[in-house]
Amino acid sequence: MSITNILLVGVGGQGILLASEILAEAFMLAGFDVKKSEIHGMSQRGGSVVSHVRFGEKVFSPVVPEGEGDILFGFELLETYRYLPLMKADAKVIANDFRIYPPAVLLGQQTYPDGLVEKMRTIVPDLLLVDGLKLANEAGNPRAANTVLLGAVSGKLDIKEAIWQSAIEKMVPKKALDVNLKAFRIGRSL
Amino acid sequence: MKKEILSGNEAIARGAFEAGVKVASAYPGTPSTEILENIIHYRSINSSWAPNEKVALEVVIGASFGGARAVACMKHVGVNVAADPLFTLSYTGVGGGLLLVVADDPEMHSSQDEQDSRNYAKFVKVPMLEPADSFECKEFTRLAFELSEQFDTPVMLRSCTRISHGKSIVELGEPVTGLPEPKLVKNPAKLVMLPGNARVRHPLVEERVVNLGRHGDSWEINREEYRSADIGIICAGVTYQYVREALPEASTLKLGMVYPLPKGKIQEFAAKVKRLFVVEELDPFIEEQVKAMGIAVTGKEIISLCGELSPGRIRKAFSDAGIICIPENNPLQTEAIPMRPPNMCPGCPHRGLFYELSRLGAYVTGDIGCYTLGFMPPLNAMDTCVCMGASISNASGIVRALPPEEQRRVVAVIGDSTFLHTGLNSLMEMAWNQSPATVVILDNRITAMTGRQENPASGFTLSGEVAPEVKIPDLCKALGIRHVQIVDPYDLDATFKVLKQEMDRSEPSVVITNRPCCLIKGDGRFKADDVLFVDQDSCTGCRACLRIGCPAIEWQPAPDGKKGKAYIDPLLCTGCTVCQQLCKFDAIGRLK
Ligand code: SF4
Ligand code: SF4
Repeated sequence: MSITNILLVGVGGQGILLASEILAEAFMLAGFDVKKSEIHGMSQRGGSVVSHVRFGEKVFSPVVPEGEGDILFGFELLETYRYLPLMKADAKVIANDFRIYPPAVLLGQQTYPDGLVEKMRTIVPDLLLVDGLKLANEAGNPRAANTVLLGAVSGKLDIKEAIWQSAIEKMVPKKALDVNLKAFRIGRSL
Repeated sequence: MKKEILSGNEAIARGAFEAGVKVASAYPGTPSTEILENIIHYRSINSSWAPNEKVALEVVIGASFGGARAVACMKHVGVNVAADPLFTLSYTGVGGGLLLVVADDPEMHSSQDEQDSRNYAKFVKVPMLEPADSFECKEFTRLAFELSEQFDTPVMLRSCTRISHGKSIVELGEPVTGLPEPKLVKNPAKLVMLPGNARVRHPLVEERVVNLGRHGDSWEINREEYRSADIGIICAGVTYQYVREALPEASTLKLGMVYPLPKGKIQEFAAKVKRLFVVEELDPFIEEQVKAMGIAVTGKEIISLCGELSPGRIRKAFSDAGIICIPENNPLQTEAIPMRPPNMCPGCPHRGLFYELSRLGAYVTGDIGCYTLGFMPPLNAMDTCVCMGASISNASGIVRALPPEEQRRVVAVIGDSTFLHTGLNSLMEMAWNQSPATVVILDNRITAMTGRQENPASGFTLSGEVAPEVKIPDLCKALGIRHVQIVDPYDLDATFKVLKQEMDRSEPSVVITNRPCCLIKGDGRFKADDVLFVDQDSCTGCRACLRIGCPAIEWQPAPDGKKGKAYIDPLLCTGCTVCQQLCKFDAIGRLK
């Protein structure tokens, strides 16, 4: 069996780490070998963040080889666009419809590019745009946007719902569990 | 057996626990920080932060001399600080097993240089193990203690960012039992390194290296894997994983111990393959030694000396050299977009200080921490940054070369944790030799850069227990600084005045800022209803508030050629009021 390569990208502080932990846990529970890698430190302070998660029968490298990404899981539009060159042309993209302005844009020196979604669609046609914030509010907490997105990503993977549920139960703190499970189901049904 | 997904750092912590370690000490440094933060969960281990890496190593040397297994952890640049005791430790050898974990940072994801710590192992003449994933991190940690005791040597274990922060599956084991109880044993001939004793020890150190190399020849952590005989690759650590991915048909000699090298095994492997390569990150460490054995090998001729490797880079190197043929990989084409560098947090107490330093035209000798980000636009307020503690001594030196009016501009900037790490010695020097520079100690009550670790001035230990607090102002005075002032960096006018006063002074002085890092929960934080807002009618679009580069303030251009206006994101603003003080038109107010 070949390896499936997932990249989670966004801005430091968006909950990318937790989402990638849940993914990795689910793949292990489903019986796969799994490796994951991201950079901590500087990048947490509002910088660009990318987390690699790979699963399959046997995984060697903890980083996704350039141009071999299968699923791009984007928490922020500009960052989703930034990491497209790591993907395959027929990759699946799940993008949060959400913008965070980089410093140069905040200072008015550069502009946040227009029409990113359309640009992305012409490069990778298989793109699902998710209004994470709105759906997370429906689930009961705006902070569960990453779990909504995770649900949407899970829909692209052949792993049983019960496994996802146990992974979430293990990784999410008890008091936030109900909201997160609800958010996950909303995302999965997209 | 219980399986878990662990990071390399978590797995090293687990390995220390399973090996029966009794004492652990470290100074935080990315990517090594989480080792100790995980060891603290194993209550059988006495673990603590040390003020710096030299002290951390000396603490575990003590524990080892007392017969306990002990571990010190640091990042690559930390080994430079710990190098002094490390060299002599090689001569004394150990009591209980002693492990020094060092985490390198190829590609400098969060470091000031990318030194290759394997050189230390050779320089110090101690064995170095290099795990290739979390599973091996745990296994090798356990093996390191056995090796340490068997050969009476400290052992180094080298990780790198991808191993430390990468995660993979680990099977958990039980801790060993039956280790000897620690007790005091006198053995001055071995432990007192006066010339007479040391001369006796040196030949033993040399002999140990030879014996370790022989041991490596039959040790299964050095593993040959024969596939196609066309290409044979010697590799270790994470590079092994990249090689397996990039060149699945190649035969590999995967080294678990990268120093000393198993020469017999290397000769055997070289004889069985048509072309031999070494693929390694950074220095030609293995390659040079293999060449010195008289074996023909290709290495840095095709693999870069700089930065991290990856399966893609390895495949490209082999293909560019005409060794393999791979189809052209055309990456998806995208347009240039704005970069997103890291930034100081909204409400960061450093922001106001850097703003005033830049207004005063200060020449800032900087140090290692969050505040290093002060060099970035729009603050542009840092001119040098070398290593921990260097800010103060750099300032001390530069003023000696300058005419008086230039001397006044020199300001050293250093954080509380860094000050206690090695800034202390530098300030002692500055006071002693009366260098007329100004030192600003950014006391935000925590080691912020690595993720909020306690330090001797924060009043808490690693395990969260209340501890005596180093009083930084008193300490500065005790070192001989006569002018010590404390200022609130959120108060721009006061900060300006104090800085100006001290910069004008022709003797050494210290300014201490007193706002806690805004990531310390509950402390120095404002309530959610304290956020500020820009009154869109009063905002003239003068852009004054943008000059501090707070991520919560956004420039909103006007569509019709008119001036744009500033906007504050209420979800990000912490209510620190620094921007408000910059607005001459009273356009920034509190949301109530
Ligand atoms: S972590 Fe603390 S010290 Fe560092 S930038 Fe953020 S607020 Fe400032
Ligand atoms: S008060 Fe101003 S400077 Fe402070 S966090 Fe809010 S927007 Fe940023």
